[in-house]
Amino acid sequence: MVAITVNGRRRNVDADPSTPLLWVLRDDLKLTGTKYGCGVAACGACTVHLDGQPVRSCSVKLGDVGRKAVTTIEGLSTDGQHPLQKAWVEAQAPQCGYCQSGQIMQAAGLLSKTPNPSRDQIVRHMDGNLCRCGSYPQIVEAIERAAKGGRS
Amino acid sequence: MSTSKISNAKISRRAALSGGAGLTFAFTLGVDGDDAAAQRPFVAGQPAPKTLNAYVKIAPNGIVTIFAPAAEMGQGIKTAIPLVIAEEMDAEWSRVQIEYAPVAPAYAHPVLRSQQVVGSLSLRGYWMPARTAGAQARRVLMEAAAKRLNVPMAELSTEPGFVVHKASGRRLGYGEIARTAEVPATLPEIKPEELKPTSQFRLLGKDVGRRDVPAKTTGREIYSIDVAVPGMLYATVAYSPGRGIGFVSHNGADLNKMKGIVDVVKLAEGVGIVGSSTAAVLAARKALKVEWAKPQGAPVDSEQNRLAYLADAVNLEKKAVIGRPGGDAAATALEKTSAAMAAAAKTVSVDVTTDYVYHAQMEPVGCLASVTGSGPDTRVELWTGTQWATNAVETAARILGIPADQIPQKVKLNQLGMGGGYGRRIFNDYVSDAVALSMAVAKPVKMVLSREDDFANGRLRPMTAHRVTAGLDGAGKVVGVRHRIAADTVVPYLYNQARMDAQKGVDHIVFAGADMPYYDVSNHMAEHIYEDHGVRTAAWRGIGAGANTFAVEALIDELAAAAGQDPYAYRMALIKNERAKKVLEAVARLADWSKKRPEGVGLGIAFGRLGLPIPPVGESMAATVAEVTVDRATNRIKVSNLWCAADVGLPVQPKNIQAQIQGSLIWGLSTALKERTTIKGGAIAEANYPDYDIIRQSDMPGIKIEVLRSGDVPLPVGELGLSTVIPAVAGGFFAATGKRIRNAPFLSARVRAALTA
Repeated sequence: MVAITVNGRRRNVDADPSTPLLWVLRDDLKLTGTKYGCGVAACGACTVHLDGQPVRSCSVKLGDVGRKAVTTIEGLSTDGQHPLQKAWVEAQAPQCGYCQSGQIMQAAGLLSKTPNPSRDQIVRHMDGNLCRCGSYPQIVEAIERAAKGGRS
Repeated sequence: MSTSKISNAKISRRAALSGGAGLTFAFTLGVDGDDAAAQRPFVAGQPAPKTLNAYVKIAPNGIVTIFAPAAEMGQGIKTAIPLVIAEEMDAEWSRVQIEYAPVAPAYAHPVLRSQQVVGSLSLRGYWMPARTAGAQARRVLMEAAAKRLNVPMAELSTEPGFVVHKASGRRLGYGEIARTAEVPATLPEIKPEELKPTSQFRLLGKDVGRRDVPAKTTGREIYSIDVAVPGMLYATVAYSPGRGIGFVSHNGADLNKMKGIVDVVKLAEGVGIVGSSTAAVLAARKALKVEWAKPQGAPVDSEQNRLAYLADAVNLEKKAVIGRPGGDAAATALEKTSAAMAAAAKTVSVDVTTDYVYHAQMEPVGCLASVTGSGPDTRVELWTGTQWATNAVETAARILGIPADQIPQKVKLNQLGMGGGYGRRIFNDYVSDAVALSMAVAKPVKMVLSREDDFANGRLRPMTAHRVTAGLDGAGKVVGVRHRIAADTVVPYLYNQARMDAQKGVDHIVFAGADMPYYDVSNHMAEHIYEDHGVRTAAWRGIGAGANTFAVEALIDELAAAAGQDPYAYRMALIKNERAKKVLEAVARLADWSKKRPEGVGLGIAFGRLGLPIPPVGESMAATVAEVTVDRATNRIKVSNLWCAADVGLPVQPKNIQAQIQGSLIWGLSTALKERTTIKGGAIAEANYPDYDIIRQSDMPGIKIEVLRSGDVPLPVGELGLSTVIPAVAGGFFAATGKRIRNAPFLSARVRAALTA
């Protein structure tokens, strides 16, 4: 049994400490908002926060989480009204939507450190998150909108 | 709307009445399995057939449930078709909820005759049936209200959610009417002229917001990879390197000893691993060692083959199947075109190639299948995102020996949104695998491919090589065009050999975009040299147009240069269609084509279109300008801007059209600059995303899209613009450097070769 804190709650997980956190979240804790895209930290679909920092959960072992707080897309807000989520809807950013949890979590990590990022900073920060549908411009638009406090 | 609740129950009008549970409308699309029927113009008011399926039901509280016949993969269709119905119904959009329709003949696409989401044809195909369905619902509500208010129908009108009697100021809500109304035994016939004039549209043409978007921002949208049912096991599949290749041996017996592993299962082209968690089966997958059977013939080397394809395209002795012109004209095409070429004063030839590409959809393919019962009681329930719902249930039925007429009772599909389709999810191998695995362990099994196996099982866009030759008369008029395409076949593998035979060997996936209907050229023919080396192929966004439009537009550029003309001016003179001219003019204006760019900055322009020659589907059109520079130190092409003008017919959801065309342009750009799949020693060399370069955030050019309206019918959008990007970039490269580049993607080695040629 391994105990970790996920979205503010202490959870006990009956899984091997070598299990990738991604599968603990998805299969053990039924938090399927975090997605599997590649398993090798090359696409960003599995992005969650550890103590507020974006990490690729496919490449974090359960046993290495320790006391760090895990936040998933489900924990970003209780009601879908996080400024990024609202901005994402305004921009109609998601197409197939599969990469978007990871995109939003990555973006949240940026805004918590850099509340007013330049476009260049946004692009560099988000560059590791692939979007096959090509919603990149709307992602940037949404981040800029959220950074401005929801005003475009 | 993130979960799909699908009922296969036939909803009869009697049931709706007796239960007082609201009103159910049953509509037909006039689908009767007859070729002629499918190709009839989409006239409304087909008389209701014996079997009816519901598009609209209304609860007493006024909530309108509309059933979406076509599956969502990010193109917005789960919102758009219900929106069309709601428009004609005058439903209050905020009171509409959307569910997926079940798999049933009444929901078949009128042209495709199946529930299949392909070719950017969904909105166009369901346009008239959906409008008719909405209009019929409105008519029945008004007739019921007329009875209730005891007034003539002619005195009634509708406002969103209400039937209104203006003269007396009375109004009845749709839910209120639904509670007590009688649905007539014969549904009213709606003539096309009785549909709402487009000028009165309140919803269509304005952005209402896609219904699936909010759930996609909170992690609540459920994909195939996310579903779970009680007692479920997990599985993955190690896929063989090529079509028809199975395994010779494997160490599955060792895997059975690993923690959480339940079984190792033989599949036709792979090895299935079943266990108690995704992590367990993926870990076992890493430990799996398989000896695959040797392929027939030499193992594929794609780079060697590309040169061989080119040799085949150039060699007129190499047998080819003529696909354009189609029908009877094909028989005399070679004779006519050859004669024209022989009589030509001059010929101009262009050779181009395109590499294999992989869908790279972000969600690996997968499916949850639950097979229960045995013998004649065998049933199966499926949960998956598929582009071909009809085929998914038919495939499952075939594997389980369930007769076709028992599918509605014994095969249930829970359609989910897809984490990327792009053509990959037309091919339901993931359904077959999941069904086989569930049968093997007698439990529900959720099969998910690892990314590595999704790559290994990549069903690629064909590699192609083209020689396009134009014959010109003394005045420079194009009197003949011969387009030879050497390419892998797709239809026999995406569908089956029977379909290829029925099409007389014309692979419509390969031939898409090969003809030149809007250019003033005579005696055009296109032919396909089959290249079948055991590579798995399927439909990939844009299908053949991605390669063929490159070849055609490269030829046009060459003709322009031979005539000493600007590529835009040459196209404007050669194009004979008014819509096409408008689109070219618009993009030239958008890009400020005539403004001189600095030395080393080049503009290229290309024209393409999207649709089906089957009338009356119609074609949308796009023209793209690319702004190109070349870094001589790294031999890398940079595309700073893409401008695109697109004639989409009637725009239904403007923001979504922008998103789709943008996506298409990005896909085109990716094939122009970056992505390709290579095959070495008979296996796909790229193992995961680090090996497969696709457009990322930092690669994005500026993109400006201008949407033009023509007519009153929405035309295909989802793949529009993709085919124009490679040739526009090639044209920009020429303008910037004076050199031609002919082999996509334009990797740095190829740029270097082009610059030093």
